[in-house]
Amino acid sequence: MTDIHRLGLRQTAQALQAREFSATDAVSAALERIRLTEPRIGACVTVLGESALREAKLLDESGPDPARPLWGVPLAVKDVFDLKGAPTTAGSRLLENYFPAFEATVVERLRAAGAIFVSKANCDEFAMGSTTEFSAYGPTKNPWDPALVPGGSSGGSAAAVAALQVPGAMGTDTGGSIRQPAALCGCVGLKPTYGRVSRYGIVAFASSLDQAGPFARSVGDVALLLSVIAGPDGKDSTCSARPVDDYLNLKEPKAADLTLGLPDALWSAGFEPSVDEALSAAKKALTDAGVRLKSVSMPNLRYSVATYYILAAAEASSNLARYDGVRYGQRAEGDPELVALYRRSRSQGLGPEVRRRIMLGTFVLSSGYYDAYFKKAAQTRRLILGDYQRALGECDYLLAPVTSIPAWPLGSFTDDPLTIYQLDMMTLPLNLAGGPGLSLPAGLSSAGLPVGVQLWGPSFGEAGLLSAGALLERIFPPVGPPPMAG
Amino acid sequence: MEPVIGLEIHAQLKTKTKLFCPCPTEPGAEPNTNICEVCTGQPGALPRMNGKAIELAAKAGLALGSKVNGQSLFSRKNYFYPDLPNGFQTSQLDPPICQGGSMDIETPSGPKTIRLNRIHLEDDAGKCVHDEKRGRTLVDLNRAGTPLIEIVTEPDLNSSAEAMDFLKKLHALLVRLEVTEGRMEEGEFRCDVNVSLRPKGSPTMGVRGEIKNLNSFRYAGQAIEYEIKRQTALYAQGQPVLQETLHFDPARHETRPLRSKEEAHDYRYFPQPDLPPVRVSPELLERIGLSMPATAEETAQNLLGQGLREDVVTLLMDRKGAVGYLEEARAHYDQAKKIAALMAEFLLPACQKADVPIPDSPVTPRNLAKLAELMDKGVVGRRAAQELFPILFRTGAEPEALAREKGLTQISDKGALLALAAEVVASHPKEAENYRNGQEKVLSFLVGQLMRKSRGAADPKGAGEALIEALKA
Repeated sequence: MTDIHRLGLRQTAQALQAREFSATDAVSAALERIRLTEPRIGACVTVLGESALREAKLLDESGPDPARPLWGVPLAVKDVFDLKGAPTTAGSRLLENYFPAFEATVVERLRAAGAIFVSKANCDEFAMGSTTEFSAYGPTKNPWDPALVPGGSSGGSAAAVAALQVPGAMGTDTGGSIRQPAALCGCVGLKPTYGRVSRYGIVAFASSLDQAGPFARSVGDVALLLSVIAGPDGKDSTCSARPVDDYLNLKEPKAADLTLGLPDALWSAGFEPSVDEALSAAKKALTDAGVRLKSVSMPNLRYSVATYYILAAAEASSNLARYDGVRYGQRAEGDPELVALYRRSRSQGLGPEVRRRIMLGTFVLSSGYYDAYFKKAAQTRRLILGDYQRALGECDYLLAPVTSIPAWPLGSFTDDPLTIYQLDMMTLPLNLAGGPGLSLPAGLSSAGLPVGVQLWGPSFGEAGLLSAGALLERIFPPVGPPPMAG
Repeated sequence: MEPVIGLEIHAQLKTKTKLFCPCPTEPGAEPNTNICEVCTGQPGALPRMNGKAIELAAKAGLALGSKVNGQSLFSRKNYFYPDLPNGFQTSQLDPPICQGGSMDIETPSGPKTIRLNRIHLEDDAGKCVHDEKRGRTLVDLNRAGTPLIEIVTEPDLNSSAEAMDFLKKLHALLVRLEVTEGRMEEGEFRCDVNVSLRPKGSPTMGVRGEIKNLNSFRYAGQAIEYEIKRQTALYAQGQPVLQETLHFDPARHETRPLRSKEEAHDYRYFPQPDLPPVRVSPELLERIGLSMPATAEETAQNLLGQGLREDVVTLLMDRKGAVGYLEEARAHYDQAKKIAALMAEFLLPACQKADVPIPDSPVTPRNLAKLAELMDKGVVGRRAAQELFPILFRTGAEPEALAREKGLTQISDKGALLALAAEVVASHPKEAENYRNGQEKVLSFLVGQLMRKSRGAADPKGAGEALIEALKA
């Protein structure tokens, strides 16, 4: 019984259905694991101990339900998802005491499937960041080495899954915020196609790029979570009406039938030697298995960073205008004058990275600058989409690195935003193109840290993408849980 | 100098729910009760489009001869204000749902075409209520997210009279089409006016003053008058007119620069990423076109053609639901002129007094048609009708049954009337003699006697005929 936390998501779900242990056992195991590991990694903003145990008890009273595929499974959700009974802080001081009166569609669907939420996971403030260091509630640390960052912005979700606190978690990916922490923490993360999963009830960062997706410890586990959360939602007008494919009965392709394209702009970037080594080994493992690898030209990807940081900041500056301290959230006291009230509430409530992006976004939308920045970035975005579609025409899927360096020490770049933005280069293009991307561990570096790769597929091609991912997962050496997991 | 005037009219669309959420739009609720996570801008909430609002905006465009775009876009107009929960208004910049169009007005020198620039969809803000006594401001978000169309004219108007005519005509049209309820006291139809002066005939435009938020025709007229005077005085003194946003104070009849929301804002418009393009398919447009009622002119011509008096036509067209009521009544008794006369005399005043919408009148079109028919047949007289109508209105009773029950049917049977006439002639030999000697005036006295004898139940017209016959005997 002590090893419940080691089980993967599907194993946990199956064991619960078979009454090998109860929902209360599963939730208690997760809470115990959180108690043990949390002091070292800080993955949670809020631990939902009481409510989780109460929900588990209710489930146990009625017994397992085969129609509820996640019956009794403990999960963590990034603290940008609205969930009743806990504050949605979005990693911000401003929302410290914001209790939502409604729930995210994703949360509702997971609940309906029987999942139990045990924690709200830490993240960079308003999902802006690549290290989870920009959370007002302190940084999350990498389970492989607490001196290192877990990546971000969904660093808490990735760390919680890697540290065996939960078998699965939810995150959001606006520019790599699922795929990058998954890679740095050695777990699997999926950014679905834009519009495949509802954004309703998820604190918005950049509306045209944000997409919610799952973390787990295997491709099949991620597929199960996607099958629960994907699908049309009348509450999100940008959510696609397309019917959802079957993600549970994946037809793995034969290695010899698979051609993967390597975007030249990303593979020609310089890699830190231990990452380079691990990536070369991964490519060799693929070719040894019979997978064809070919370089594909995607020249416009070099504009990704500039394009992304203009568009995302522009949308963020508008999305975050609602945090004015008038209706909810922290309000600066003592100044009855309106503009001063806004200025002080926002200056006190919002952290440095968020303020930086609001200013950048406000600037690029300003009269006289709109055409030079926002409009041009919107045009470049279409060029990047064009590259993406063309490249996918030459192969089955695209294979890309996730980061050029392994998890780095906390505090390395907190005062160097440009370097950190450049580090996002590998993940941003996919958000600009809108397609789905699966990040999975390719092995360990010589330094013993996980190195990930990502697989990009055509829009709404998640079923195929996950099938190919399952094949790659078998070809790559397993990374297993981090040493701290014991 | 010649005034040049352009209007921006905001009309609240007649939808049950808000533009982007299912909250009710009906005014009059307690503050902050018709609200949800969407219209209060909660973290994570997203807008969902109200299809009815798209249809109504397209309908207004069709009626005004605009081009209805198959695809239009929402944009965010960013600014901070406590009544604006999201920190942006969701409006349309380019392209709007409708472009172009026009409406004609009557001027002393003949009809004049006022061109429209555009019609676009947007959501309304909430309301700030300033509590002067306690030095605080309260926010009511019931109105936040209410659907509006903004109709922007070209600067084709040249006097306050023209502007007021245009506004009245536009209001009447949009109300009749049920695009808006148009309750001006609720702010459901309000306008901003842009006024500038230029030398008569000059092609260039002067610097304009924009007067915001006028919610009555009269205020709009007064504000324009005042602004023309103010600018004329400035030109006369050789002082520049500043481009500014003004507020009209109806108590003092003057415009003043606005202090809040003032300076030139940089609204940082950009495409609203939470909403897909607004689509109006050719099929939808056709369906809206087919559902459109006849224009006011067509309706008036049609009614006049049925023999209605012009003042009655005007009366019916001014009252919401009256023309429809008449049409329905006609289906039961095809005498439009007579039914309309009853409506003008009885139904419309009764509905007004009781504050009942005409379509909800307790006297159904069928019963009013029946009453007209009874009167035509002489079964019910005018005086009896006067007595019957209030009871019909109160109880919704069937007219014929009620008339019989109350003994208000007329004696119109010729035999009965002749018998009565014979009696009257016999008991007034002197008057009968005078009549026969040519004093025809006496007839009305004798009719009066007959009516008295019948206790008012005789059909007066038949009574006269019967008397003449009896007097010949």
